[in-house]
Amino acid sequence: MAVACLYPVLSALRLGFYDWSMGTPWSSATYQGFDAFIRAFTDPAVWRSLYTTLVFAFVCVSAEMVLGIALALALEERKQKPLKGMMVFRTLFILPMMIAPIAVGLTWRYLFDAQFGLLNALVGLFGVEPIGWLANEHLAFTAIIIADIWQWTPFVFIMMIAALANMDTSVIEAAKIDGATWWQSVWLVKLPMIQNVIVITLLMRLIDAFRVLEVIYILTFGGPGDSTEILSLHIYKTAFISQRLGSAAAISVMLLMVVALLSWWALRLSNPLKDKE
Amino acid sequence: MKHRLHYAALIFLAIFCVLPIVVMFVTSLKLQTQIFNTGINFIFTPTLQNYRDVLNEGGFMRYLSNSLIVGLASTLITLALGCMAAYGLARFRFRGRNTVAYTTLLLRTVPLAVLAVPVFMIWNEAGIINSLSGLVLLYVAVNLPFTIWLLYGFIAQVPIELEEAALMDGCSPIQVFYKVVLPLIKPGLAAASIFTFRIAWNEFILALVLTDRATRTLPVAASLYITDIGVDWGRIMALGSLIAIPPLLFTFIAAQQIITGLTAGSVKG
Repeated sequence: MAVACLYPVLSALRLGFYDWSMGTPWSSATYQGFDAFIRAFTDPAVWRSLYTTLVFAFVCVSAEMVLGIALALALEERKQKPLKGMMVFRTLFILPMMIAPIAVGLTWRYLFDAQFGLLNALVGLFGVEPIGWLANEHLAFTAIIIADIWQWTPFVFIMMIAALANMDTSVIEAAKIDGATWWQSVWLVKLPMIQNVIVITLLMRLIDAFRVLEVIYILTFGGPGDSTEILSLHIYKTAFISQRLGSAAAISVMLLMVVALLSWWALRLSNPLKDKE
Repeated sequence: MKHRLHYAALIFLAIFCVLPIVVMFVTSLKLQTQIFNTGINFIFTPTLQNYRDVLNEGGFMRYLSNSLIVGLASTLITLALGCMAAYGLARFRFRGRNTVAYTTLLLRTVPLAVLAVPVFMIWNEAGIINSLSGLVLLYVAVNLPFTIWLLYGFIAQVPIELEEAALMDGCSPIQVFYKVVLPLIKPGLAAASIFTFRIAWNEFILALVLTDRATRTLPVAASLYITDIGVDWGRIMALGSLIAIPPLLFTFIAAQQIITGLTAGSVKG
């Protein structure tokens, strides 16, 4: 299975050493050595894109983790005093994740539209002039962050609800008998007990934040300028628009290294693979 | 008072969650001219024209069945392989265990756009390009790492004493797995199936590269409404609303499992 996983990755890596355009036979490719890598590492556009990606990932993932965990704790199954309408809320909070990215991207583009968008219509009620959300660099960046948080907080939410549901309740009851407050039982009992799932969720969100493509592709396509061009979109453009597969593969390796580094960091926080005895 | 604040926050977030979906649905009931009206216009004569167009455009039923086959087959295979692999990683110490675990994670980190080119080449050589099984194989590969890691977390939570007790009672190791472990990690299985199904059902960039007219899935069909001339908003929103229905049904069923997993848990109380 490890071989099956690695083969496409290695093929992608191999592309980094060749100059080859799609559709031509592989034999026409020329060996380029480390050229593509050197170009990728010295290209300021790549570094800008990497910076954008880092900020994007950091803001989105922190917001999603905090919101998702808070919501899960608020809507957790409980024996005493169940919250009214809890099932309704739960269902509503899962909805955004289920919408196809292509529809999500278009819907947000429509909402943010300067002329016809609901958002401008809403602020217009307060007498604000129409704002070109997707035409301004900072606002466009905010827009992709909002769309990402909207779509992916449900992921954290479901994971946490499932982890809390899987938890041994006798421990919580024991803590309650010992006089723990709600905050104490959350911080000292519940969260540590679902630590493994939290770390895995964080890891998956981090990794995914570095490779989201579909929604941003449709919402802004990296613009205005390159203000929302995160690295995966930069790779996509390099590969399929500029047709420079070698460079695309080289930048992918760079992205892979960043993600590997971050994953290593997340796993150091708490490694679910290690035995805890 | 504290409760009221609680509710207010929840309701605010719920509106934030639902509003874009409502907008999508409302837009699907409008004609192109109504869509490009300025201002808030929830008052209009709804039309089902977009839905009629989408359904009559031919191919819809085929795309739907393609999507269903791909979505369900990927989910089933991923879960079956994933829970076994996760159990192996969680309960057995063997040489190369960490290597296997980290390599599976590595595949997850590769952006799909990067995967598209080599996968296209390999699938072409293997002769599974433009086939549903090729797409299923890819989605299984893409989803497995996450499923394995997710289920690993859940299996690690199962007290090993329960398994030992079952072994003492004369269960074979395979019976322990099916009769003790799997029922206990039901919430995890449900969560994993929701995510796997969602990706297999909605993904369109790889599907665009790996399918042809006959094996196209619904999101690919939707993306074809974005052309150089412009976006066919009404139809794309109609198709988007239709595409959302199966994953929603799937989620309702799977989410029930998350809750029954709670009440039926044997570790509880």
